[in-house]
Parts: sequence; C-alpha cells; structure tokens
Amino acid sequence: MTQSHWPLYEVFIRSKQGLAHRHVGSVHAADDQMALENARDAYTRRGEGSSIWVVKSENLVATQPEDREAFFDPSDDKIYRHPTFYTIPDGIKNM
Amino acid sequence: MTDEQHQAHFDATIAADTPIEAKDWMPDAYRQTLIRQIGQHAHSEVIGMLPEANWLTRAPSLRRKAILLAKIQDEAGHGLYLYSAAETLGCSRQDIYEKMLDGKMKYSSIFNYPTLNWADVGVIGWLVDGAAIVNQVALCRTSYAPYARAMVKICKEESFHQRQGYEAAMAMANGSAAQRAMLQDSINRFWWPALMMFGPTDTDSPNSAQSMAWKIKRHSNDELRQKFVDNTVPQLEALGMTAPDPDLKWDEASGHYRFGTINWDEFYQVIKGYGLCNHERVGDKRRAWESGRWVREAAMAHAEKNAAKAA
Repeated sequence: MTQSHWPLYEVFIRSKQGLAHRHVGSVHAADDQMALENARDAYTRRGEGSSIWVVKSENLVATQPEDREAFFDPSDDKIYRHPTFYTIPDGIKNM
Repeated sequence: MTDEQHQAHFDATIAADTPIEAKDWMPDAYRQTLIRQIGQHAHSEVIGMLPEANWLTRAPSLRRKAILLAKIQDEAGHGLYLYSAAETLGCSRQDIYEKMLDGKMKYSSIFNYPTLNWADVGVIGWLVDGAAIVNQVALCRTSYAPYARAMVKICKEESFHQRQGYEAAMAMANGSAAQRAMLQDSINRFWWPALMMFGPTDTDSPNSAQSMAWKIKRHSNDELRQKFVDNTVPQLEALGMTAPDPDLKWDEASGHYRFGTINWDEFYQVIKGYGLCNHERVGDKRRAWESGRWVREAAMAHAEKNAAKAA
C-alpha cells in the first residue's frame, strides 16, 4: 500500500572550503533524488556548499546519552595516546 | 536512572547553561511545550508566505518581484528547518501540520492581517520581520539545541528580509505624495499587529514562567517588545513617518520609548480564530493540502516502484 507520509532524510553538506561534511538539518522527500534536490533548495541557496549527502533518518544509529560514560570512558586512562605524554629534552626542534 | 535522577540531571544541565540535545532525557512537559512552540513557529513561516505572495504577481518592478520571490522561498526554507527541529522531539511534521489545518495549533497572529497595498510588502519585511528578528535573536540561546541552531540559521536570512523591506519602504518615503500616503497607511495598519507578535503582557502570559525557568525563553514578552520599539522608532523617524500611537514618546529617565496600551481584545480575537483573515489563510492551506494529495501519493508510488525495481 502506498503511504502518503514521505520519509525523513538527514542532510550533510561540505562547504566550498570545508574538509568534511557537516550535518545541517533534515528534509522530507519521496525518494533519494527528491531529497537531494530539496536539500539543495533549502540548505544551499547562498552558496553554502559544494557537496551534499542525504541519508534516510531510519538508517542512522546513534549513541545513547545514558551510555555516555561506559561507552567513552575507557579512553580516559590511555593517556599515552596523547603526544603530551612523552617528554622530549629542551632543544630538540621540529617535534 | 530513576525519574528523580533524570530530573535532577536535567535541572543541573539547564542551570549550567548546557544545551539539551534530542536524545537527552527531558521532562515530558518540556518536550510538549517545545513541540508546541517550535511547531507553531514553523506553521507561522508557512502561513506567512500567503500575505506576501498576495502581491507577487503585482510587484511594481522586476527587481522588487525577484526580491519578494527570494524572500518567500526563504520562508519555506525556515518552515522546513523548524519542522526538522520539532521532529527531533519525536513528533511528525505531517501530524502537527494537520493539527494546524484543524485549528488545534496556532500560528503567529500577524498573518491574519490582509495585505491591501504594495507598501504592506515593504512594511511586513521591515516591521514584521524586524519583530521576528528581535524574538529570534533571543532564541539563539534557547536551552534546546536543535531549536537554537535553527534560530542562528534563520536569523542570518531574516536580516536580509528586514533590510530589503526597509529599502522598499524608503523608496516609497522618498517617492511621490501618493507613495508616502500609501506607506503611512500601511504603517498605521501594521504597527500594533507587529507589537502584538511578542505575545501577551508578562502578567498575562500563561507559559512564560515555566519557559523562563527552563531557559526556553531568555527574555520576557514585554522586554522584547520594548527592545523592538526602541529599535524601530528611529527607523520610523528616518522615513519621515509616524506611528499610530498618540502616547508614544521618549522617556529620558528610563532611556526607553513609552508607548500606548495594546488592544488586547483584538489580540485574543485574532488568536482564537476571529481575525480578519484567519478563515482565508487556513482555508487556502487546506485547499492546497487536499488538492495536492494525489501528487504526494503519485510521488510515493513512483518511489516505491523504483525501489522495487532496484531491489
């Protein structure tokens, strides 16, 4: 059966000088192509971007705020992952 | 976590001015009041296209016409950003849109006033979008992050609207006697409705106390209204125009303009659905929704057919 609810898409745009795509919002559209066209019209009217990704919202999986501690904590005690952990004698240059 | 722990964490988050994100726990009443406020904000953008579009085919020059078209396109985009923000709270756009069509959700009182001459288009850009900006700049720091982000985006575009509106008003203020009279007539009709956009007085605003406590609202209705009047009177004077308010005067002691009393009876009539254009506005949107049904269904059927073919 055809439903009249158009699915929701999340929109990501990489700006002209941007290095990465950034989430800017969402649009409703019947299909992928319409989602791209709607995203272009709604989010790039003033030259905001040079590349658009759209993805159906139902395909996104997100971390849960209540799991935040358990999920991210393990990296806190691995301080040797940071360059500041290592001491280098004064006078060593370009490092 | 228990509900009490969730509540305590939420209160601490609000107190620390940390924004609330879509997946964070929030009190149900906070969620509901945001769906109401953001939803009605979105509806206002959509309904707000109608009074201005009324003059699209009759714009007096190609330049003004192109500007107006771009502005109405922005309003549609703003509606879309706001519906996106509302949907992060778990409501569906179609559902709240149908509530608006059924008169179960409101939209801004201002769009129930008719546009009777070309000057109205300039005055709406200048006064109405000007009032919207004062309101929305204050909302850029609202506690719900998706709403705040939508406001930042919208404010950038609204300032284009306000400037284009003022420029159109200026052209008329510097034009013939007939153009100046038309501009003054428009200001006379839109001045008070623009002041009403800030909502009821602080003593009479049922949602305000809770919204301020939750930092959804950062300033009271009366504070924002005062700021708008202070900003706008010098702009009015620069046009050589007057406000339809015999009590409007500068108050040296407070550093603010004092102004007359708003006709609150009129305000409540309008928001209850008995303003000049309420019937016409919702009627137009309902017609568009009903007569567009087959197009929406065709788009969906076509998408499903293509998806089936690809699978």
